[in-house]
Amino acid sequence: MSLRLFLPRDTTALALGADAVAIALQRAAAERDLPLQLVRNGSRGLFWLEPLLEAEHAGRRIAFGPVTVAAVPSLLEALAGDPGAHPLCLGATAELPYLQSQQRVSFARAGLGDPLCLDSYRSQQGFVGLQRALHLAPRDIVSAVTESGLRGRGGAAFPAGIKWQTVLDTPGEQKYIVCNADEGDSGTFADRLLMEADPYQLLEGMIIAGLAVGATQGYIYLRSEYPRAAEILAQAIARARAEHYLGDDIRGSGRAFELHLRSGAGAYICGEETALLESLEGRRGTVRAKPPLPAVHGLFGRPTVVNNVLTLAAVTTIMEKGAAFYRDLGTGRSRGTLAVQLAGNIRRGGLVELAFGATLRTLVEDYGGGTRSGRPVRAIQVGGPLGAYLPKSQWDTPLDYEAFAAIGAMLGHGGVVVFDDSVDMAQQARFAMEFCAAESCGKCTPCRIGSVRGVEVLDRVIARQDTARQIDLLRDLCGTMEAGSLCAMGGLTPYPVRSALDHFAEDFS
Amino acid sequence: MGVEQANSEAGDQLIAAQIARFRDVPGGLLPLLHAVQASLGFIPATAVPAIAGALGLSRAEVHGVISFYHDFRTAPAGRHVLQLCRAEACQAMGGRALEAHARARLGIDYGGTSSDGAVTLEAVYCLGNCACSPSVRLDDAIHARVDNARLDELLAELGVGAGE
Repeated sequence: MSLRLFLPRDTTALALGADAVAIALQRAAAERDLPLQLVRNGSRGLFWLEPLLEAEHAGRRIAFGPVTVAAVPSLLEALAGDPGAHPLCLGATAELPYLQSQQRVSFARAGLGDPLCLDSYRSQQGFVGLQRALHLAPRDIVSAVTESGLRGRGGAAFPAGIKWQTVLDTPGEQKYIVCNADEGDSGTFADRLLMEADPYQLLEGMIIAGLAVGATQGYIYLRSEYPRAAEILAQAIARARAEHYLGDDIRGSGRAFELHLRSGAGAYICGEETALLESLEGRRGTVRAKPPLPAVHGLFGRPTVVNNVLTLAAVTTIMEKGAAFYRDLGTGRSRGTLAVQLAGNIRRGGLVELAFGATLRTLVEDYGGGTRSGRPVRAIQVGGPLGAYLPKSQWDTPLDYEAFAAIGAMLGHGGVVVFDDSVDMAQQARFAMEFCAAESCGKCTPCRIGSVRGVEVLDRVIARQDTARQIDLLRDLCGTMEAGSLCAMGGLTPYPVRSALDHFAEDFS
Repeated sequence: MGVEQANSEAGDQLIAAQIARFRDVPGGLLPLLHAVQASLGFIPATAVPAIAGALGLSRAEVHGVISFYHDFRTAPAGRHVLQLCRAEACQAMGGRALEAHARARLGIDYGGTSSDGAVTLEAVYCLGNCACSPSVRLDDAIHARVDNARLDELLAELGVGAGE
């Protein structure tokens, strides 16, 4: 009897010891003369259960987790008899409530198979969208993206169709598609998960974008903090090129698209699209003034689409299932699905993909199960280091771009970082300024100098020196940074600071 | 003296080889700097005029790029690089206490190298492992749910003794 098992080689699974489990499984199977096929898949995104081992059993996949080296012998015995009797058995993977209740669209394939296997990708609707796009006029691809209501998933939520239309309408012999894979927000890992679990989806989305706007060159700008994703993407690009999904004749269509993988060098600001372009051109990652928009004057001065990983990935679904399918998910002007990332002090941390509109409370309490420390939740930071800290009274806000903007917060890239009641919000406000000081590109004064002054003012607040006056000064400084900064780095750093002052005033007096 | 000179010549050859590889790549300065650092462990001062000359840039421009990005170093690191995540998700799980422990344990601050040359300590802002915080990166391996004891284990595996 042959045994087919799945064990992720994703960053989080590896960080929790998946390779040691894999070695133990191979060794234990060899000792028992048991033919074992061990597939190293991507993660399903149920990170609190990693390493999550799955076994094919009676036509279904059964999950076990978190698996340790010590549990390997008993697992192999259970798999030969009654898997359900093993204490780590979680039942059928597809029926795990955390997974079953999600609306997996972009993450539907995550964790199903070997991320680099092209046959596996094709057998699960992979490249169906590309095949459609190859037979469409560029304007029809752009129209479908516009009709879908897709907005940029990097944080700014700009309508993707409008950006693409601008690039299509701008004349230019050479145009570019740039994928922003500089996922720097703390509490986010959706881009990483997608690139490690389903890299061909990103490649397919970029090729479609190239067909749509007439771009024949693409760049993925990947942060250097993601070594595993870099390895997977490099192999995925080589395999896609070998099978003519990339190159000067995409699948015999006569259309061309070439893709380059570039590594960042540890600068948060390069997640800002114009700083990213500067970095790709080989310069310091300083922000450019807009206009001109990158869509008109982008990489190397040419018309350029700059989109986040998840934006480009969503395009494959829109091409495969139609604009209406995507548009019918969601609420208000937030269409489609949002990949929420549950992080920080949370019992069941991981990726939850749902149509826009669920409340933060549902995510943190029902999916997340509250804090990992077991203490009460006190603050939730949504949208990364530039996002507001939300108190209990705001947890019923639906996850929707406009609803968040209305309470002085932002959804950003969908990161949700949970803090328990041991958090000191004055320290969190100080960190927001400290982070801005460390990562500011230095181009504009409110950000470069304001953040340093912000740390100093908060140090005096924390030392309880002349507190009321210092807080007035801090609010004034926040106003200057918000109104006078060139980009979101200085412009949004006031969000976490002000929300801490407004909703957690007791930590400042 | 003789050994140093030989090392320096070997280094110059490696730099020249990387320049030849990237000089015609559009926007090739970052990949070139990454490649130099990957082969030598750091970007020596002698590389700056060579790169500037080949790419048609001023030395100030090359220096400006090297100094802008946290990843690039202009002096050798220790035998291993330990990055501690300082960002919010890790803070929510005790990251600040872990930072304090690591600095005290190694007797160095961020950017420093332990006296035995074993470990360089660096700050990092997010490793994308935020559901299982706190996270650290030791060379290219990321470790999850690291507490003080786990960090001590990782350091012990590198041969950094408890007394240091």
